[in-house]
Amino acid sequence: MLTTFRIRRFNPESESPQPYFEDYALVTERSDTVLDALIRIRETVDESLTLRCSCRGAICGSCGMRINGHATLACKTKVAALASSGETIHVEPMNNMPVIKDLVTDMAGFWEKIRHVQPWLQPTGPEPEGEYLASPDAMNHLTGVMGCIMCGACVSDCAALEVNPDFVGPAALAKAYRFVADPRDGSGSSRLTALNNPNGMWDCTRCMECIEVCPKGVGAMDRIMTLRAKGIEQGVPSTSGSRHTEAFAEIIERKGRLDEPMLAVRTFGLTNFKQMFSFLPMVLRAFVRGKLPKSGPLFRPIPGADRIRRLFRRAKERP
Amino acid sequence: MKYAFFPGCVSKGGCPELYQSVKQVYPRLGIDLEEMTTASCTGAGVLQEKDLRLGDVLNAHTLAIAEQQGLPIMTICSTCQGVMSQANHRLATDPGYLDDINRVLAEEGLTYHGTTTVKHFVWILLEDVGEQKIRQSVKRPLTGLRAAPFYGCYLQRPSAALGFDEQPARAKSLETVMALLGAEVVDFLGKSRCCGMPLLTINEPGSLKMIAHHTSDAKEHGADVMVTPCPLCHLNLDGLQTKAARRERREIDLPILHLPQLLGLAMGLEPRALGLNRNLVSTKSVLETLRVA
Repeated sequence: MLTTFRIRRFNPESESPQPYFEDYALVTERSDTVLDALIRIRETVDESLTLRCSCRGAICGSCGMRINGHATLACKTKVAALASSGETIHVEPMNNMPVIKDLVTDMAGFWEKIRHVQPWLQPTGPEPEGEYLASPDAMNHLTGVMGCIMCGACVSDCAALEVNPDFVGPAALAKAYRFVADPRDGSGSSRLTALNNPNGMWDCTRCMECIEVCPKGVGAMDRIMTLRAKGIEQGVPSTSGSRHTEAFAEIIERKGRLDEPMLAVRTFGLTNFKQMFSFLPMVLRAFVRGKLPKSGPLFRPIPGADRIRRLFRRAKERP
Repeated sequence: MKYAFFPGCVSKGGCPELYQSVKQVYPRLGIDLEEMTTASCTGAGVLQEKDLRLGDVLNAHTLAIAEQQGLPIMTICSTCQGVMSQANHRLATDPGYLDDINRVLAEEGLTYHGTTTVKHFVWILLEDVGEQKIRQSVKRPLTGLRAAPFYGCYLQRPSAALGFDEQPARAKSLETVMALLGAEVVDFLGKSRCCGMPLLTINEPGSLKMIAHHTSDAKEHGADVMVTPCPLCHLNLDGLQTKAARRERREIDLPILHLPQLLGLAMGLEPRALGLNRNLVSTKSVLETLRVA
């Protein structure tokens, strides 16, 4: 099967260091992965093609790159699955990190953010004579998140990082969760308080890109949501993110459905004149078009809202 | 083809033109709807930030009502669809968890057996209504209209919970429908990205940057209009587009249509009946392209 690979090239030492796309046509076998093909291009067609790889078995996390627009491991992606009808395969370096050359990115920032969440066990109390013990039941739920191979795929495709490079990002937050939820860790709510700061756990936009692209099923965004829940439960200081969540839940409990203007007011705060005022043009235009939602006492609960209230109450009384 | 209709909070709140337009188009497709008036909000992924199990209780309540009626659920919101699909996936794949949730429902005399299917309108169009009936309903083909799709995260990810393995055509459902209506589909990378809505509360400049980026990108790829099956995306892309354009110092003016509005135009319905006058970014240019008075 003849397959075309459209590869994003970049050489900072060339005379005109601008990225460009170059096409390579290669005969591929059914068993080939994209990594097999890239290595063959480098060995038989163009030795200047630069990529990073090691284990070829989805264990080391070195060959993270974007294939057809999404980050993945090249060694885990079959050519035949993408180009069975002769489609061109697009290969680019990972996003949200600087490119060193061709498909190789600089992951220094990635590691810095991982270090930022203090990814080591911080037990308190006297040191035990043997090892720190935890029951299998208390650790089983962490096996998924411990499967992270630090490939950077989640960071590459994170939509929140695209607009805020200071966001700590999905990989570091999943790593933080791994220690927050470890029964042997003694740092208590101090980790959650640190994660509650700007650019921390509330800066995720919940787009689920990290869940979708992770080659190991870590489910970073689900971990971030659990961190938020734990933060609220342990009473870390409120942010506009946590106020939004709390207000949302209270409105649904009372009315069964969402009172949108009330949610906005309670999230931003009535005294936050500057931000509230900045939305005024939109509110006025919506009013003129007859679509400003009712709010407060004018916003009626759904029929049977008392049943929703009872479900809230009973769900909170955990068995 | 009868469904329990779950309109969602936003079609009854900030985007009434969505509710209005879907009411206009569904009878013309042989669809019968019974609106779910006692179902609560899905939690929209926000309630789930505080308590995932509580969210699953509320959605199991909705799913159980439809199960009692013997009807599949129709949604018109990517977020409602995604949140309910995920809840249904968890309940269907973990019998112990389903039992736990049913213990909460039991005191209301309800049990959920895990049999309700939940489908977004755009999936229903392709899987239940079918290409032939859609083509037959078109009275004013959207010839010459270059339309960019914008799905909303929850209709794209996580693909396992959305049934993409069993129904791979769902991944491109919006584009397929738009092409059937005669529009020229403008493909661009942002179509399956985040609109920025959930970021608005914590990082408004970032959210506005996403709006400006996606709408400008679609325009640069030649789009006259953007079409979305998600009213939350619409709130951001339409409602805050002017603010985003001002902040990013760009001119955008890209009309954002709800999918049933586009469908209604192709059916030859009156723009006002579809609530096109209620979109915040003017839809006049779309009507001019289609030569609708």
